Amino acid sequence: MYPISIVAEAMLNGLLTGAVYALIALGLTLVYGVLHIINFAHGAFLTVAMFAVWAAYVFLGLDPYLAIVPLTILFFAFGYVVQRFVIGPASHGDDGNILLVTLGLSIIIENVLLALFQSDTRSISTDVSFQVLEIGGLLISKARLYGFLGAVVVTALLWLLLVRTDTGKAIRAVAKEKLGAQLIGIDVKHVFAVTFGLGTATLAIAACLLMPTFYVNPRVGGAFVLVAFTIVVLGGMGSITGALAGGLVIGVVESLCSLYLGDSLGQIGIFIIFILVLLLRPTGLFGARA
Amino acid sequence: MLEVETVTKRFGGLVAVDAASLEVRKGQIVGLIGPNGAGKTTLFAVIAGFLKPTSGRVVLEGEDITGEAPHIRARLGIARTFQIVQPFAGLNVRENIAVGAYLRHRSAADAHAKADAVAHRVGLGEDLAKPASSLTVAGRKRLELARALATEPKLLLLDEVLAGLNPSEVRDIVPVIQAIREDGVTILMIEHVMQAVMNLCEQVYVLSQGRMISEGAPEKVCTDPQVVEAYLGKGAAERLARMETGHA
Amino acid sequence: MTRGYLSIIVVLAILAALPFLVASNVVLNFVVFVLIITLTAQGWNLLGGVGGQNSFGHAAFFGTGAYVSAMLQVHYGVNAWVALAAAIAGGAVVGWIIGFLSFRAGLKGSYFALVTLAFAEVLRILANAMEFTGGAAGLLLKLDTGFWNLQFSSRAAFVWLALFFVALALFISQWIANSRFGAHLVAVRENEEAAKALGVDVLAVKLRAITISGAITATAGCLYLQYFLYIDANIAYGVWISIEALLAAMVGGRGLVLGPIIGAFSLHGLGEVTKLAAGRVPGIDLAVYGAVLILVVGFAPGGILGLINKLRFRGRPRPEPEKAATPAPKTEEAA
Repeated sequence: MYPISIVAEAMLNGLLTGAVYALIALGLTLVYGVLHIINFAHGAFLTVAMFAVWAAYVFLGLDPYLAIVPLTILFFAFGYVVQRFVIGPASHGDDGNILLVTLGLSIIIENVLLALFQSDTRSISTDVSFQVLEIGGLLISKARLYGFLGAVVVTALLWLLLVRTDTGKAIRAVAKEKLGAQLIGIDVKHVFAVTFGLGTATLAIAACLLMPTFYVNPRVGGAFVLVAFTIVVLGGMGSITGALAGGLVIGVVESLCSLYLGDSLGQIGIFIIFILVLLLRPTGLFGARA
Repeated sequence: MLEVETVTKRFGGLVAVDAASLEVRKGQIVGLIGPNGAGKTTLFAVIAGFLKPTSGRVVLEGEDITGEAPHIRARLGIARTFQIVQPFAGLNVRENIAVGAYLRHRSAADAHAKADAVAHRVGLGEDLAKPASSLTVAGRKRLELARALATEPKLLLLDEVLAGLNPSEVRDIVPVIQAIREDGVTILMIEHVMQAVMNLCEQVYVLSQGRMISEGAPEKVCTDPQVVEAYLGKGAAERLARMETGHA
Repeated sequence: MTRGYLSIIVVLAILAALPFLVASNVVLNFVVFVLIITLTAQGWNLLGGVGGQNSFGHAAFFGTGAYVSAMLQVHYGVNAWVALAAAIAGGAVVGWIIGFLSFRAGLKGSYFALVTLAFAEVLRILANAMEFTGGAAGLLLKLDTGFWNLQFSSRAAFVWLALFFVALALFISQWIANSRFGAHLVAVRENEEAAKALGVDVLAVKLRAITISGAITATAGCLYLQYFLYIDANIAYGVWISIEALLAAMVGGRGLVLGPIIGAFSLHGLGEVTKLAAGRVPGIDLAVYGAVLILVVGFAPGGILGLINKLRFRGRPRPEPEKAATPAPKTEEAA
């Protein structure tokens, strides 16, 4: 057994990581909730975003936290275009096709990045990368605390956007009743693309929050994609608060698994949760959609 | 042959079928009618095994089959069609029907021969090689019928095979159903086309809001005030009766 | 029906003659590798192509085949052929277990795809972490050529060995295509509810498909081991092989008997050409595969064989299947 302080620190770290996981899962669950599709390329998009943060820092000297604004806008546009002009037309609205098309996209992205950057791992170290805070005897990385706060704020903002704005109303209308929304004059294709854009925009923010303490290589998104799927099924497909809760749970589980099982087996806990949730309770643990 | 004993089916708080009973004797054509949303299709799904009843029993030839899966019931001799046609869209007509024929024929040659024979019987003989997705609505209804027939059922459940057809198409298919019955297949059919019900069925059950409100010969059922009210609203029977006496 | 067997024999004859015509080791290497991919994809095609249950985790079977055989040979000195038989059985068992768990839970479509991926990942992590499986270092088979060891010094011999198993899988697939089981499997793919109504035991049919599928793909994993004499978790249980399996079948023509072999050779042929054209840029061939996958899904759902058929029937009156005219809601009307 480990002393309680180590376990507590592992749990705290898990919560911090989990919030960023939740942010990554947020885009996935939003897209699922509205378009009813599973975007397999979500992880690859995250990789692109992380490379973008890295490039902005290395070539332009842009601090990752400052890069949030331009990259969010850029990735919103990117997501909009990809959904409207690639995924939409190629999949003919069929669920199995969309999974395959987005798989194709992820293969392309991963390998183009591989061709451009080789498989080298890159990281950046900004001022906050190594700063720590001490709270109640526990050491907390400042950058990861910022990540946690950022994730919570973005989740809240997204929730507000969906509940309070006209765009949000249109999105929820399309999610609930596609045909009805179409009949009252909502441009469904546009709303789909906007939703997808929001999903990729949250990825850009996640990338900005991750990069000060994480690394990037062409395959890094693969490590996140199943984690994000697990969070989404755990939280209930399409549920935003579920994604936040699921993300925190998964962060803690992963952290404790690594502590007790070692790094090589650490991720197995996530996959087993994923399988069990799908097999036993496909609607998710945290009150899902009917 | 078929007894449905006080079957109730609840979806959450909604009672779709409420203690409904019916009986179909061997060789009969029995109609199940009722206004939209009465629970007819739900009752069919319970009989065919696609839904488990909340309570009640389904008995086929004296054997309780309430717990059996749909494919077991098909083996026991129950075949159904779907109200919303469910063709195997990627297959041609012959392949569609052959899936049903394989239930009693192991070899491909036998199953295909059976499929061809059934296709001719329902009037799809010319369309064997056509993709199922290219058929007209009437063609798809025939295909539903053919696939079910190819399983060589004892009891055929027809869920609105005439709905969506124009009068001449209805005229064409009614004799096909009569011929099936003459071959010894017992039939229970949901139908909205009253003309056809009157022509085909010797016994009719009426379901309204989940409850069986009337049964008997078609002529008798149609004049049953309860049935008239179920279709036309409360007080309608009385108004009609008053109108009739007024004319007299 | 006989035409199906005839085209199989023609394709096999061409490949069998290849070692007599080409002596280049590079070419024969390529052929062996692509035949192993073909076999992997043939397993996928039965479940995903014919049965419509898209798996993203055929690595689970490929890896099981490779690891069962390797562990038996390395740890217990079991004969290679016996180990091969055990590997095939192992693939079938893993297939049945994954199928039983996921199909009984009613997982379909994307959910089934993701759960198979997760199963494969669990196996990969386990194989990577456990000592018994060689951990991250993997397992090395002792070089000892000879027929009884299933190792050949001549590349041509290995081409014929791989071709033998591909041929077996082709004949099994063709036999299934003409059988009751095949008809039931296609019916399940097209419409489960309708299949049930016609007496098809949907769960049993899916289970049989995934079991046979697992066995075929496990054979490919075992052949990989015998050829390269080395496996580790990222090779045997890696996502790459799941994707190769799916790609080859999709590109060649999903659900068609010759789909995987046509797809595997076309795709890897294209990959080689790309590499020649682009120089040694890492991953460029895979990026092309991704693009091909999107094009196939979007514009040629029948794959290469589907396109050929379309061209052949051009000009002849042939009713085009119109998907849009088939509203087939899966839910029972709750009247």
